[in-house]
This record gives sequence, C-alpha cells and structure tokens, in this order.
Amino acid sequence: MAEMSYRDAVAHGIAQEMRRDPSVVFLGEDIGSAGGVFKATVGVLDTFGRTRVFDTPISEQAILGAAMGAAMTGMRPVAEIMFSDFFAVCWDIVANEIAKTRYMTNGQVTLPLVIRSGNGGGSRFGAQHSQSVENWAMAVPGLKVVAPSTPKDVVGLLAAAVRDTDPVLFFEQKSLYATKGEVPDGEIVDELGKASVLRQGPAATVVALAAMVPRALAAAERLAQEGIEVTVIDLRSLVPLDVTTVATSVARTGHLITVEENPRLCGWGAELSSIIAEENLFDLDGPIVRVTTPHVPLPAADALEDAALPNVDRIVDGVRRSVL
Amino acid sequence: MTDVMQPSVDAGPPALDVRLRLYQMMVEMRDFEKRAYDLFLQGLVKGTSHLGLGQEAVAAGFGAALAPSDYTFATYRGHNHTLARGVPMAPVMAELMARQLGLMAGKGGSMHLTSVAHRMMGSYAIVGAHLTIANGAAWSSKLRGAPEVTVCFFGDGTTNIGAFHEALNLAVVWNLPIVFVCENNRWMEYTPIGSVTAVPHPAADRAPAYGLPGIVVDGNDADATYAVAVAAFARARGGGGPSLVEAETYRHGGHSRADPGKYRPDEEVAAWLERDPLPLYRQRLLQAGVPEQALVSIEEASHRAIDEATELAKASPPPDLSLVEKDVYADGGAAWRR
Ligand SMILES: Cc1ncc(C[n+]2csc(CCOP(=O)(O)OP(=O)(O)O)c2C)c(N)n1
Repeated sequence: MAEMSYRDAVAHGIAQEMRRDPSVVFLGEDIGSAGGVFKATVGVLDTFGRTRVFDTPISEQAILGAAMGAAMTGMRPVAEIMFSDFFAVCWDIVANEIAKTRYMTNGQVTLPLVIRSGNGGGSRFGAQHSQSVENWAMAVPGLKVVAPSTPKDVVGLLAAAVRDTDPVLFFEQKSLYATKGEVPDGEIVDELGKASVLRQGPAATVVALAAMVPRALAAAERLAQEGIEVTVIDLRSLVPLDVTTVATSVARTGHLITVEENPRLCGWGAELSSIIAEENLFDLDGPIVRVTTPHVPLPAADALEDAALPNVDRIVDGVRRSVL
Repeated sequence: MTDVMQPSVDAGPPALDVRLRLYQMMVEMRDFEKRAYDLFLQGLVKGTSHLGLGQEAVAAGFGAALAPSDYTFATYRGHNHTLARGVPMAPVMAELMARQLGLMAGKGGSMHLTSVAHRMMGSYAIVGAHLTIANGAAWSSKLRGAPEVTVCFFGDGTTNIGAFHEALNLAVVWNLPIVFVCENNRWMEYTPIGSVTAVPHPAADRAPAYGLPGIVVDGNDADATYAVAVAAFARARGGGGPSLVEAETYRHGGHSRADPGKYRPDEEVAAWLERDPLPLYRQRLLQAGVPEQALVSIEEASHRAIDEATELAKASPPPDLSLVEKDVYADGGAAWRR
C-alpha cells in the first residue's frame, strides 16, 4: 500500500497495462517527452520508449482516427485528448466513427481502445478548458464512460478500460490530479459499471461522480453533525450505469440527490432521476433534487467559478430540500 | 502551382492475366452499379446509394494491385472498392436492398459496406474521417511488423476538410505504409471542385505541403492506375512511406439516388463519356491481340453473376428485428445499465 496522487496513479495505471500487454500503445499531444500537460504521464516514455509511446501533432482527429484504425487491426491504443473541451474538434471520430462502427458492421469491427481526457473545472482556465463533458459521452450509444474519483480507482478502472473490448472514454477530473490516496501494491483491476457505496446512512442517497464525490462526502459529514445520516454513492461509471446500486439505496432512504459537475441540461443526473422516477417512484418520500453547475459556460475568475460549481453548501441544501 | 508528376508507365503494360483481371473487375463493377441503379428506381434499393459508374478503372487498378492481407478504406461511394476485394455480389446487393443476407445484415446500408474477412475495413460517410482511421490501420501494420499496406479512397471534395490535412501530415511524420487515392471526379455533390478550391489539382497540388510528390494519373485508364498502384504499394511496403495519388475521372451519373446530374454541362458529360474506361480498355485489349471471345465470356459471366446475385438478394427476407439491439457493445447487446 502506497500513498499516491491521482496524477501519478494515471501513469502508474498506464504502465501497469503496457507492461502486461505489448499491444497497448499510447499516443497524444505532449504525453511523452513532456510527461503530459498535467504531468499525469511522467515516466511512461522512459519506461516504454518511442516504439510504444507517441507524441503527436496537434491533430485531435488524426489522434483518435489512428487509435481507431489501430484498434480495429489488433492493437489496444490508449489515446489522450488533453482537455475534454477539445472533444468538440474530434467528436466525429468519437460519436460517428468509434461509437457506431461495431453496430453498422453487424459486429465485424471490434474497437478495444481508451480515450483519456482531463475533464472539468476548478482550474480557473475559463470556459474552453474547464467544462465537464461526461454527459456528452453518455449520450452516444456504443461508448463506455468512466470517471474515477480516487487514485486507486484511477488505476483499477483504467486497467478495466484497457482490457475492455469496447471503446471507453476515461475522464480524469483535473481538479483531482493533486489529491492523494492509498493505492494497494501489485496489479489492480477493477470492474466497469459498478458504483461504490462510500458511506451508509438512512436519510437520503447522494449520488456523485469524480470531483463531486469528495464534496458529497464533505456535505455528508456536515449533515451528520446535524443528525442527518446520508448514503453517498460514487457512480464511477456512467456507461454501464449501475442503476441497481442506486435503486437499492433509494429503496432504503426514500430520497435521491445527484451531484453533477456538468451543466444542468441533460446532465447524467437527469437520466438517473428519470429512471428512478419511472421505476422506483413509490420508494421516494420527497422530490429528487439535482445539484449541478448552472446551464452556463464556466467563467474564469475564481470567485465566479467557485460560485458556479456545486459546492458543499449547495449539496447540503439539496439534501435538505429533498428530506424536509 | 507545383509541377505535377505524371507517372511513367515505361515498364510497359501489365501482364495479360492482370489485364484480363482488370477488365473482369471493371465489367463486374459496371454490371453491379447499373443493376443497383435499376433496383433503386424500382424502389428495391431504399435510402440512398452513391454509384461509382465511370470510376471503375480506379477501383480495379488499385484493387488488383493489393495483396490479400492489405487493408482498404473507402467512402459511401464504395461499392466498387468492396467488390474489388473479392466480396461476392450477392451480400453487397442484399445490403443495398436491406435484406438479412446483406453484408452487414442491413445494419449498415449502401454507405457503410464492410467485410473485415476481405480486409475491406469499411466505407465511411463523414467526409474525410476515414483518412485518419486508415492511418491507424497502417500504423498498426507498422507496429506489428506486418508487411501490409493500407489504401484509402476518397473524393476531390474531401481535400478541403481538416481531417484530410491532419491525416496526411501524420502519415508522413510516422512514415506509414499507406496510399491515399483521391478520385477526382470534378464534382463534389452538386458543386464543381474547381469553384471552391485554391489550386487546380485538389490533391496533387497539396502533396508538396506534406513533402510528397504530386502524382496525377488518368483514372479512366486501368493500365495506368494499376501501374501507379503497384509503384505506390511497393514504396509503402518497402518502408518508403505514404503516397498521395490523384486519379482524374468522372462519375457517369449523379451524386446519389436518382440524381440525373443535370447541373453538369452537356459537353463536359459527353467528353467524359467518350473516355468511358470500359470501352477504352476493351478496345485496347482487342488491339493487344486478345481474342474477342475471351472478353465476351468475361462479360457473359458477369451478367450471369449479377442476375444470380439479384435473385439471391430478392429472395432474402428482411433482417431479423432482434438485430436492432444487437452489437452496440462487444458483448453482443445494447445494455448500458446494470
Ligand atoms: C463532413 C461532411 N460534410 C458534408 C457531407 C455531405 N456530403 C456527402 S458526399 C459530399 C460530396 C463529397 O464529395 P467528394 O469528396 O468529391 O466525393 P464524391 O461524392 O465525389 O465521391 C458531401 C458534401 C458529409 N457526408 N460529410
């Protein structure tokens, strides 16, 4: 067991898989010599060399196209899109090519690839380098969508993503890169589509993802001081979506609160809420509450960005609105 | 403007068996596309289809020069390229006709013909995207140390989208075993390429920007396309890197569906019909001493083959409705929740 940062866990996870499987190759902008703009891939080039680690031109379509073509012909590429906002310049390759090709070809083409990306706000970078876009990915049939909240999950879910036979979008929350946590020694392989129940309490079910998980836990702590014990679930993956874990918890608590960093409209919490409303309505004892970033591009100023992103106060308030 | 390199065909014409094969491929493509058009007019081919009538010499020349383990990537105008890999006519026609027998059981349609078993790695309908994907296949061959090359076909209109430029640059930087083939049929959909492009040769004039020679070939001359293909594939296989070839050709019909292509000047259409690759090649083979009977039997066999393929496709039922939720994910299903 070692303490590791979320950032270092990325490099650790990539190295674990590259060591295991020679068909895993790694490509992206500034990922090799520079170790990534977030320093999340430091050392990978030194360990595996230029026959497996590829610094690319600033060509997001060419990066993902190369990953796709290699995946359909026997490789298991891990590609990086530096900031998830940049998915907008290569969304064709993601949404039309990678996501649809297995289906269109009646299962002839298999695409075992991972696209990692730095996602979300909190860095005061302004609107074009800050959005949480996991809900874009969730809306596309054919993709799997993962967003870990801890260093241990980074390693285990990255391994699961690399070993998965489907294309996986792996969202690393930028605001978590500096956070630390225990990572067990030896090989770690997790499972996609399994939520984690991080805290048990009868009053409400709070479901969060990525950077919203520590905030939800902090909110739970504060509520506990008032005698309101809530359950906190880290969803970990949006596709597959672990409805069972959430529904089981809601059946006990009678309240659902989602905490989402993505802008409000069609955020993942909307889908989850609709499922629970449709299938578990009579388990609910109060309104489902969604705590989200408002439907705005993210502002740069720290005061404004902090006001936009869901924080502990808003989560606490959301729980109260549901339970009271 | 850059000097455009006309490839020399000094090596002389291809061997007779190759030439007969080229002729046979072109005849089969022609028969297939004419039938597809008829079936479209009869309402039996639904949705859309983009025919390669008139462009057969490009598909045949490059197709005949490929080794079985090489990869093909094509566009929605990909029927010819699919047949060129040896995919039988019946499943291709059945795919156009939305039948169970279809190459993808009707899930892809005319624009997405794919047969991985034949290394026909797909037909892609978002202009430009597949150039980047084709790079990936070529990159994979290189990573695996496999002596495979990738050929990627696209239209003239594709040279003005970003993916074209991203793909060419990366192919050169990574020295990939890939051959990009622009089928310059002079028209995008309904707009002439010359009216929206900064240079006269939309592909070849861009080649020097990526350190490649500008290669223009007569895309209606199967001997010429074959010779260029052999040279480009040899270069790629030998580690010499990518090539970009512009094949000048013309589509005989409209862009898609029942489009009669009336927006094109009559004289232009007439001039290109004069240069129809099939009669041109037939004449050349006769002049080279091939007995006419040999050509007639190729033609008759092809006519029989397309009739049989059509009947097989017509006899096939529509796809099983269970396919709607199959093969979204690798477990064979569409489940997104647990
Ligand atoms: C990105 C994108 N933009 C527009 C279209 C619509 N479209 C389909 S075919 C076509 C013309 C393409 O022309 P060209 O590349 O010359 O190929 P050709 O059809 O002549 O084979 C257009 C504009 C598309 N499919 N994809």
